[in-house]
Amino acid sequence: MLKQVETSRAVAETIALCRPEVVCAYPITPQTHIVEGLAELVKAGKLQKCEFINVESEFAALSVAIGASAAGARTYTATASQGLLFMAEAVYNASGLGLPIVMTIGNRAIGAPINIWNDHSDSMALRDSGWVQLHAESAQEAADLHVLAFRVAEQLSCPVMVCMDGFVLTHSYEAVDVPSQKEVDAFLPRFDPRQVLDPAEPMTIGAMVGPEAFTEVRYLQHHNLLRTLEVIPELSRSFQKQFGRDSGGLLRTYRTEDADTIVVALGSVNGTIKDVIDEMREEGSSVGLVSICCYRPFPFSAVRGALARARRVLVIERSLAPGVGGVVSSDVQTALGGVRLRIMTAVAGLGGRPITKASLRDLFDRAERSTLEPLTFMDLNCQMIQRYLGQQNHRRRTPLLTAEPNVSEAAVRVS
Amino acid sequence: MPAQFVKFYQTGTFTAGNRLLPSEEASVQSDEVRPNSLTSGHRACRGCGEALGARYALDAAIRAAKGKVIISNATGCLEVFSTPYPESSWRVSWMHSLFGNAAAVATGIAAAYKVKGRSDVRVVAQGGDGGTTDIGLGCLSGMFERNDDVLYICYDNEGYMNTGVQRSSATPAAARTATTPALGKEPGHEFGHGKSVPLIAMAHRIPYVATASVADLRDLEYKVETAMGIHGARYIHIHVPCPLGWGSEPSDTIRIARLAVETGLFPLFEAQFGTVTARTQIRRLTPVDDYLKLQKRFAHLFQPNADPQRIEAIQEIANRNIQEFGLLG
Amino acid sequence: MFEVRIHGRGGQGVVTAAELLSAAAFLAGRQSQAFPTFGSERMGAPVTAFCRISEKFIRSREPVGKPDALIIQDSTLLHHVPVFEGLPTSGYVLINSTRSFDELGLEDLLQKVPSNRCRTVPATQLALEQVGRPLPNAALLGAFAAMTNQVAIEFIESAIRERFTGQMGEANAAAARAAYDLVLRKDEIHAKAS
Repeated sequence: MLKQVETSRAVAETIALCRPEVVCAYPITPQTHIVEGLAELVKAGKLQKCEFINVESEFAALSVAIGASAAGARTYTATASQGLLFMAEAVYNASGLGLPIVMTIGNRAIGAPINIWNDHSDSMALRDSGWVQLHAESAQEAADLHVLAFRVAEQLSCPVMVCMDGFVLTHSYEAVDVPSQKEVDAFLPRFDPRQVLDPAEPMTIGAMVGPEAFTEVRYLQHHNLLRTLEVIPELSRSFQKQFGRDSGGLLRTYRTEDADTIVVALGSVNGTIKDVIDEMREEGSSVGLVSICCYRPFPFSAVRGALARARRVLVIERSLAPGVGGVVSSDVQTALGGVRLRIMTAVAGLGGRPITKASLRDLFDRAERSTLEPLTFMDLNCQMIQRYLGQQNHRRRTPLLTAEPNVSEAAVRVS
Repeated sequence: MPAQFVKFYQTGTFTAGNRLLPSEEASVQSDEVRPNSLTSGHRACRGCGEALGARYALDAAIRAAKGKVIISNATGCLEVFSTPYPESSWRVSWMHSLFGNAAAVATGIAAAYKVKGRSDVRVVAQGGDGGTTDIGLGCLSGMFERNDDVLYICYDNEGYMNTGVQRSSATPAAARTATTPALGKEPGHEFGHGKSVPLIAMAHRIPYVATASVADLRDLEYKVETAMGIHGARYIHIHVPCPLGWGSEPSDTIRIARLAVETGLFPLFEAQFGTVTARTQIRRLTPVDDYLKLQKRFAHLFQPNADPQRIEAIQEIANRNIQEFGLLG
Repeated sequence: MFEVRIHGRGGQGVVTAAELLSAAAFLAGRQSQAFPTFGSERMGAPVTAFCRISEKFIRSREPVGKPDALIIQDSTLLHHVPVFEGLPTSGYVLINSTRSFDELGLEDLLQKVPSNRCRTVPATQLALEQVGRPLPNAALLGAFAAMTNQVAIEFIESAIRERFTGQMGEANAAAARAAYDLVLRKDEIHAKAS
């Protein structure tokens, strides 16, 4: 049913339709409205046969989920930022044990400095934890991906993170079509665990594996995760058939068929980018967009296929690897190994700095003209940087820097 | 009439005299079809108090729950020596996740079975003192606070033994460990540290808290059976000597455990909803020296130039326990 | 596309105002998106919320930089926060106040923006009268409806009633209607005078 609602609420209602049996969460901005919604649905009796557990930390949240999932219950939790890192040990544990837990990440920056606003640092920090990572581009997709996630997780016996931009998506208020129970039941069969803790059939889960077998266990995990690259397109097609909507998939292309310059991005910024692309196309630019939905496992082949005919690729990064540069760019570079084209990275929107159409437009124009450096920070306040570095220099008795603080042009080109 | 030599058997012990008790009062271990939940083949050291305590505790739990028990085990000696892939010495459903989350994992398992309407399936969480009193305390407290239907058993060998005998918050004063070496003015673990998780458990006012020891295994079984008869959060803290970490003879494990009880250093008691309801009286009060002498981790206290006040201070701890718990009637 | 920016302080229902407006637009069969900027959750701190209304599906999520309409719920913000930033010459300005634009020190604004698009409305008074609480958001939405014609007052009232049940809903809807009528009357007077 189409309703005008806060996206977090739509997500909560959609998750409830997936018939989770154990929901446990610890509050952290900006995911709180999702779990509050679920608490309300459980208490009001609208979500039955579901234990909602208030836990004492994020580490406890995922640990409770691990126990519940191992005991055969469909399990859900949500977190962000500091919370995701606090449960990091458990994140690896869940994937290592092959437990099909679904977890929402309300993407938020990681401190220090403490920052409650949106960027992708949190999920990026755990990109190699063995979880499937999906990124929602819109409010509708944020809701839909959770249905898809349970199906993917249970089919592969692998946990799934559904990433949605904190505040930008979690707290936006717009029209979302929340499906019916019947539709979800038709798409999502009952949870049939690969292995389960059952007194009737005892088994040991979580043994200690030594050097003689550990590599093989990890190889099998890798192999399983690669299967996701086939399973997701297949299930997305089923989703389309069942719900009549295009949600999920590995990636989406927008006006890339003849594009010389292609932008690559994850998450809600893709909506804003599409508006800019349409404006530029009107003016004769040859520009397109690849929006990656399945970030882990990384769809190298699909990305290569989508980008290989372009002359230039600009990756919009919502996170930063300090001392290195982009995070997604590295994967894109790998995908495009051997293809002759120019790859540029723009770090944008860190710590919730709004990504405006005007700034994107400026970036895209410069990308088209190939006047953009390999690494750019969108909307960087150069004056502030120069002033700070100048002060630092001044404070030292024997300056480490030359008299004129030389901030590398490549790092500080301002939009 | 010719003289007939008559033997009297004691009941309530692990001697063959168990056969004089009705079966439900006899030791679980005396039953020829005992569960053997932790079966042979595990890699524990000779004289391991934890292996002994775990087998008795879990078999008692399993008998009480008619076999329907699922175990959540923290990282530690017990987990490591019992599940060297591809072998496992567990004959029951068992899961190991992480070091600090055994209680939380148990909460999850209990929740799953509650949703499935299976109140007959019971959950036991267990870990060593490291995984319980230190890194696992947050999750443990959460489980207590929510009164989740979990029995948590702590096997307290007073240190992080699996990783090489480092100090934990359960390590007693003056004990030598790898991180509290017997050097300097205050050799061994400093005084004034430590925490009592049984008292912390009682502060949560959960339905049942008990301490137990491998010195009295029937009492241990009884306490586990009592706990299994209750739904809600329960905690049992078992004192288990570690010959390797304590520097004691493997054959002295039970003897040392008994001395800990008889000196008053390890009080045996039960509590319900935050109030002590029963305690085991000390039968033969013993000075702490007799206990400490048997363990190399306290050897520095008996050096010629050792400060006698330190042993006195340990005696003070014992005296205080005796008084606070009323161990001498 | 019609873009609205709402300024106020935490606790005054600024975010609710944006959501109600978007709900009203939805009821009217249009696409609409509302979202806030955030400081920490703190009563009294400046809060800004945005609402976009359009016939087409709204894809962009950037903050509203060029508001077609500004709603200012708290006049104490006027000279502290750059509330007028990006306001085009065709923009509407609606301020919750008993004073006039001149009295608020906004003569300059009246030079840039047509005066028939600038209104002050005593929304807090109306709220106190109708609802018994000094929450001006519902009344301001009624005034907005009258000023801009973007969403019919009936949809504003419906959205309010859906969000707040029972007496609270009725009272808030009444406050919206009262402000709506007030603006229309002023417009009539204005029209007659010119």
